[in-house]
Amino acid sequence: MSVVLSLAFSGVALGAIYFLAASGLSLIYGLMDVLNFAHGMFMTLGAYAGWDVATHLPISWGGAWLLVIEIGAAVVGGALAAAITELVLIRPLYGRPLAQVLVTIGLDLAAVALLLGGFGSNSLTLPVPLWSIEASRIGNVILPHSDFIAIAAGIVVVVALEWFLRRTRYGITIRAGVENREMVRALGIDVGRAFTLVFVIGGAMAGLAGLLYSVVFSGDLVSPLQGDSLLIFAFIVVVIGGLGSIRGSAVAGLIVGLVQDFANYYLGAHAGLAQFGNLSVVLLLAVVLEWRPRGLFGRAL
Amino acid sequence: MTNALEIRDLHVSIAGSHILKGITFEVPEGGVTALLGRNGVGKTTTLRAVLGLVNHTGDVHVLGTDTRTMVTHRIVRLGIGYVPEDRDVFAGLSVAENLRLAERSSEPDYDAVYALFPELRTRARQRAGSLSGGQQQMLSIARVLLNGWPLLLVDEPSKGLAPKLVTELAETLERIANIATILLVEQNLAVVARLAQRIVVLDHGEVVHQGAASDLGDAELTQQLLGVAGAS
Repeated sequence: MSVVLSLAFSGVALGAIYFLAASGLSLIYGLMDVLNFAHGMFMTLGAYAGWDVATHLPISWGGAWLLVIEIGAAVVGGALAAAITELVLIRPLYGRPLAQVLVTIGLDLAAVALLLGGFGSNSLTLPVPLWSIEASRIGNVILPHSDFIAIAAGIVVVVALEWFLRRTRYGITIRAGVENREMVRALGIDVGRAFTLVFVIGGAMAGLAGLLYSVVFSGDLVSPLQGDSLLIFAFIVVVIGGLGSIRGSAVAGLIVGLVQDFANYYLGAHAGLAQFGNLSVVLLLAVVLEWRPRGLFGRAL
Repeated sequence: MTNALEIRDLHVSIAGSHILKGITFEVPEGGVTALLGRNGVGKTTTLRAVLGLVNHTGDVHVLGTDTRTMVTHRIVRLGIGYVPEDRDVFAGLSVAENLRLAERSSEPDYDAVYALFPELRTRARQRAGSLSGGQQQMLSIARVLLNGWPLLLVDEPSKGLAPKLVTELAETLERIANIATILLVEQNLAVVARLAQRIVVLDHGEVVHQGAASDLGDAELTQQLLGVAGAS
């Protein structure tokens, strides 16, 4: 029983990371029809921004604030990268989906190459507070503190995004833009500003996901390819949850995280089927698409 | 009399098809000007060109301002309300959210909206997509009334509505015409005859007739221009 509870806990934490990675991607595609392959770059840059800021802090900054500052840097780094990408590269290409795909793939490849050139191919170690690599024990269940961080971040973001989309004027504009952006313009609204804001929010979430992936699942290591490996699962979560749906991304992230975690343990480790967790996620995607092609909460593909 | 809208030599081509071929007409301030013509002659395209929603050449002056270099949201903020042909309410948003989205004025006139459409107040939390066609039309019109815009572009508001609702709609537009200038695209000639003071007729992307709405009483002219019997 304790194994099941431990797996469930780490599966929920993994799902939270997937949700953070997928939410921005889902919003960006949902509102702007931009299939953003540079989203992985936002995640990677977020993690590097966190690492860079942390390594410039005085050694005495080892407490809880260290992680808070790293998270802040990752969010700002991801948001800045996204804003520049939208303003410089994506804005001239609206309505040209193939060009957007090519540009964002090219950007992602270039960013990886630049990071490899600048920081080398070895992973960098993210300084983290001691308590974040410790665990608590409740009965026989061991609960890593880093999992708590991921779950807390996921809950905060899902609540904040839902509030933003439901209660604020910009949120309503974004939801309306998903349905009919031309009519939004015809109401006198500058859709371009809303587009940039969506990119910024998506980049911020991606930056956060990138940093927390390092803290929770990557042994506090930061590497140039971590965003791209996370991006594959983010796309799967977006499709399962439904394009443009934050709620869908949250539920799908949770399901994918749990399925992957349990499959890895019971079928991967025990049955000797390496990578079965990843395969199970792809199978899950196939089942959902067969049963509900537009995803759990989304509009038609 | 000054003009709320002036269109000079307006050309629009879409996907290689020359839809508007240099149309020129004015909409004087106050009352209703009807833009008429058979299906596909470019009436909706004219409204969309005025709003900058399609690429065009030629001059468009909205409330005295040349809009040639302006993007849609700037043109709209000059004071144009747009009621599109298919209502285009945001189905996933509530009635209240649809209205909130349309607020451009710092003091949106909800009193005017609810005076005309009291039902919208009681349905504020209902999803717009679950409203009937008539209720969606109310919402679509309500969105443009909130800001007290002086010029309204209204595209086929009676389309798909039951006859009783069409009568109510005409009454509503009649009241709105007292406070705003309306450029009305409408196929229902009875509605046009009731509301409009002036008519502009398009055919094959060109203006073929401009005159008083009373011209619609001339059955021969109406048959010739619109291919339908007059609206007597």
